[in-house]
Amino acid sequence: MRTPLRPLSRRGLLSGTLGSAALLALGGSLAGCGTKGAQQTEAGCVSEDRSESERKLVFSNWPQYLDVDEKDESKRPSLDEFIRKTGIAVTYTEDINDNNEFFGKVQHQLAACQSTDRDIIVLSDWMSARMIRLGWVQKLDPAKIPNVRANLLSSLLDRSFDTENRLSIPWQSGLAGLAYNGNVTRELRTVDELLTRPDLKGRVTALSEMRDTMGLLLGAAGHDPANFTSAQFDDALTTLRRAVDSGQIRRFTGNDYAPDLAKGDIAACIGWSGDVVQLAGADEKIRFVAPDSGVMLYSDNMMVPNKATHKANVEQLINYYYEPAVAARLAAYVNYICPVKGAQAEMEKIDPELAANPLIFPDEALLSKSTMFMALDEKQEKEYEGKFQQVIGA
Amino acid sequence: MTLLAPTGPGQPPPAPPAARSGSRRLLPYLLVLPGVAWLLVFFGVPLGQLAAASLYDPSGSLSTGYAMTWAVGNYADVLQAYWPQFLRSFGYAALALLLALLLGYPLAYAIAQKAGRWKNLLLVCVVAPMFTSFLVRTLAWKTILSDNGVLVGLLRDVHLLAPDGRLLATPFAVVLGLTYTFLPFLVLPLYASLERLDRRLLEAASDLYASPVRAFRRVTLPLSMPGLVAGALLFFIPASGDYINAELLGTPNEYMVGNVVDSAFLVRLDYPQGAALSVLLMVAILAMVFGWLRGAGTEAVR
Repeated sequence: MRTPLRPLSRRGLLSGTLGSAALLALGGSLAGCGTKGAQQTEAGCVSEDRSESERKLVFSNWPQYLDVDEKDESKRPSLDEFIRKTGIAVTYTEDINDNNEFFGKVQHQLAACQSTDRDIIVLSDWMSARMIRLGWVQKLDPAKIPNVRANLLSSLLDRSFDTENRLSIPWQSGLAGLAYNGNVTRELRTVDELLTRPDLKGRVTALSEMRDTMGLLLGAAGHDPANFTSAQFDDALTTLRRAVDSGQIRRFTGNDYAPDLAKGDIAACIGWSGDVVQLAGADEKIRFVAPDSGVMLYSDNMMVPNKATHKANVEQLINYYYEPAVAARLAAYVNYICPVKGAQAEMEKIDPELAANPLIFPDEALLSKSTMFMALDEKQEKEYEGKFQQVIGA
Repeated sequence: MTLLAPTGPGQPPPAPPAARSGSRRLLPYLLVLPGVAWLLVFFGVPLGQLAAASLYDPSGSLSTGYAMTWAVGNYADVLQAYWPQFLRSFGYAALALLLALLLGYPLAYAIAQKAGRWKNLLLVCVVAPMFTSFLVRTLAWKTILSDNGVLVGLLRDVHLLAPDGRLLATPFAVVLGLTYTFLPFLVLPLYASLERLDRRLLEAASDLYASPVRAFRRVTLPLSMPGLVAGALLFFIPASGDYINAELLGTPNEYMVGNVVDSAFLVRLDYPQGAALSVLLMVAILAMVFGWLRGAGTEAVR
């Protein structure tokens, strides 16, 4: 038997409304006075270095970004050698999958000047710039990392967000350019072709990283990605919007374009050199194209977050990975652009074919085409990212 | 109640001890206390904070912090900028619900009334996909609908799809994904209410010369209403807030409001906008649910 629901009385309604309002007010009052700024200063958030007594460090990196032994994937030859040489125990975790996602994970600790329990984190240029702007990373001692100054590629020295090379040191670099699958389409040379060629309609993806996609489009429109105005940005964005509206661009992706490109679901895309080199290893008809209008050079950088307690140990590790022989070993596995001068000569001994690959050791011709995206302040970042996100549908 | 002592006829029942009656009156409140505390801490407070964040000064930023300025304009801003995604969310969710009803009602009916000894096995089959991650299942759909996959090849061969047509990255794929993902939430409550359906009522209906269609309309459907409404709610609410299907199976032109909230919080770091969008979505769904319940009759939910 079913009892009919008591009709909602005025009193019930009133108390219900009052109850929910009280609940909201309680939560609201906790946040009612707004939030504090997340900015930290060197003097305000001091980190202690316990490297002398604690011979260890915690290293957070992206997946497949460190060499592993061919026979035993749990062994990491270059890192194991560092541990053997220095006696510093390294806890290596592959827990960074996405810049924004990782930022979300650590932002609350760093905003409150608390430890993230990590001594090295690896993040892309623009996110490094944001971390530095927020005052969330520790300054390294140049005297303890002499190899960096000596061996870092000159095009990566003194970048706008870290003019002294003391806050973020490139781990690996890469190029954002065009890629196509020769099994399902013919050759592709320019950004315009990618965005307008009728046979590619609906079979093109671009990157959801604003700096990579917009950098290429700015270059193609004849503007300088390293130094552009708001109007020039809008101009390039209009081209992108047209390609989205016409259905030419199918999706904006992170790393996940790679399997689609390999399968031929997408015929061409804006992609990253490292991914394409790996795909080309399995299918040589998949090609990376550096359009004459320019490619974007980016790096993923090692940084020591505030309150990490093993900075001196980290400096030893950074210096170790800037030895050309070690860098060559790493590059032979990860296939991204090696930021260490002299590694190419060392690579000759490991794998001459890789040593000749311009996407790992770029030649002058390629480097001259490459640019880095303009450093943005917080206001510009919000403005440009907002406009871009609106075009890419979110 | 077990506390009542057996009393002889004619004797007045002994008065319960005073102290006991006090604690007994408190008992129900003590029983709900953990639940209420949990809701208050993990739902009430964050919800209040979200509502507060939606009124922060939109010109604030992460590094400088946000000031509370009761900026009601945030709501107008997000509605103006993202109304297509809002409409799309509800449109897709409604379409998916319709599809799910067409698929799910006969399925639930068959399992409840016709499956016989296969009933349990079939029920397990309905629930089984939930044993793997939702993400993995959506990625599997990407492979199934792939441009160079078997399915698309077949559809092209029989000319159901143009030679350059595709399934992946279309609204169809997104609606299909939504339908698939949330179908069990509709089928299970429906099954529960159809299972209790008394067959004799149908026999009576046919004895009284009702055609099968009429018997369904006048007997089966009304009796399954509670399950239908509960299932439809369980389906519609998460489906309209979903963003994984649109992200993986769609294109920017299929993005739903969930994708916008995701980007506001994680990419653009525009917390007031993200919060305003979330509150709007919640209010819109609540309003729809209330409207629905009034229409369907609250009684039907039980």
